[in-house]
Amino acid sequence: MTAQVITITSGKGGVGKTTATANLSTALALDGARVVCIDGDIGLRNLDVIMGLENRVVYDIVDVIEGRCKLKQAMIRDKHLQNLYLIPAAQTRDKNAVSAADMIRVCDDLRAEADFVIIDSPAGIERGFRNAIAPADRVLVVTNPEVSAVRDADRVVGILEAEEKGAPALIINRLNPALVKNSDMLSAEDVLDLLGIRLIGIVPEDEAVIIGSNRGAPIASESKSRAGQAFRNIAKRLRGEDVPFMDLTPQSGLWNAIQRLARRK
Amino acid sequence: MFDFFARKRSSAVSAKERLQLVLVHDRTDLTPAQLESLKDDLIKAISKYIDIDPDAVHIDLDREGREQRLVADIPLKSAARRVAEDSDY
Repeated sequence: MTAQVITITSGKGGVGKTTATANLSTALALDGARVVCIDGDIGLRNLDVIMGLENRVVYDIVDVIEGRCKLKQAMIRDKHLQNLYLIPAAQTRDKNAVSAADMIRVCDDLRAEADFVIIDSPAGIERGFRNAIAPADRVLVVTNPEVSAVRDADRVVGILEAEEKGAPALIINRLNPALVKNSDMLSAEDVLDLLGIRLIGIVPEDEAVIIGSNRGAPIASESKSRAGQAFRNIAKRLRGEDVPFMDLTPQSGLWNAIQRLARRK
Repeated sequence: MFDFFARKRSSAVSAKERLQLVLVHDRTDLTPAQLESLKDDLIKAISKYIDIDPDAVHIDLDREGREQRLVADIPLKSAARRVAEDSDY
């Protein structure tokens, strides 16, 4: 079997690329797939802390590219999942230490070893981003339902089209159903209509995501978390399963409490 | 009870409208000023062949999914006049 290489990108920073990478990798591994995730953000390494693996980093991707270690030596095994590995970014180098050809070579070497290679792209549309999309078979664009994130996502989609990378699929992250209901947040339909690409998942805003990153434990492995469920659904869709989208009408929280009070009158 | 909030135009609607405009220009790399000068050139070129009213010309960028389209609405003056002349005759 040969791995599928999936790059996660967004244009704008801070929309949840690294969180999405960690959670989709975890969710795919929970389903039994062999997964290697790569931190593509050279100089601003973060996927290691989000996955709770920062203390195990010895070698990084630049060490592999420059021949200081074997590929296997740079692959850090996850604490809980035997079939999940991380290749960290170099922290003391910059994006010029890696070329698109290097990324393609590393991914080609991984194809025989894994079912999925997930690359966490850096923000922006420059060299680091170009390196991250070079080996991709599929690209997922992450956005938030906000004007700046949607605008930047549209730029990235335009570049991917120009590069003939095929149509990317969209993850709408941090959607707040109560705000959408109150017409104070772009709905998933609005964002899809604006960007004109295929949707692969909507992840509701969820405090558990922050708690998970504090602990270095992606919430995809938490059965109760709504965001975790959303990431598990996306992972199933990546494997070709037809999973219905979650019902994201607000069910609890302050807004609902107020509404219940209002109804009681 | 929530009429106070409902009275104001929803912020999601203005977000969408503003994004629609911004994205059309981002995608075509055409500023509103350039679009205006394109319109002037178009009027000049068409006027060489047919009589048109420059003030009635509308030109706009339209989108459908990820397809961009330049849409021009150019009413012809001469057609109406010709019909009038024909009926007189």
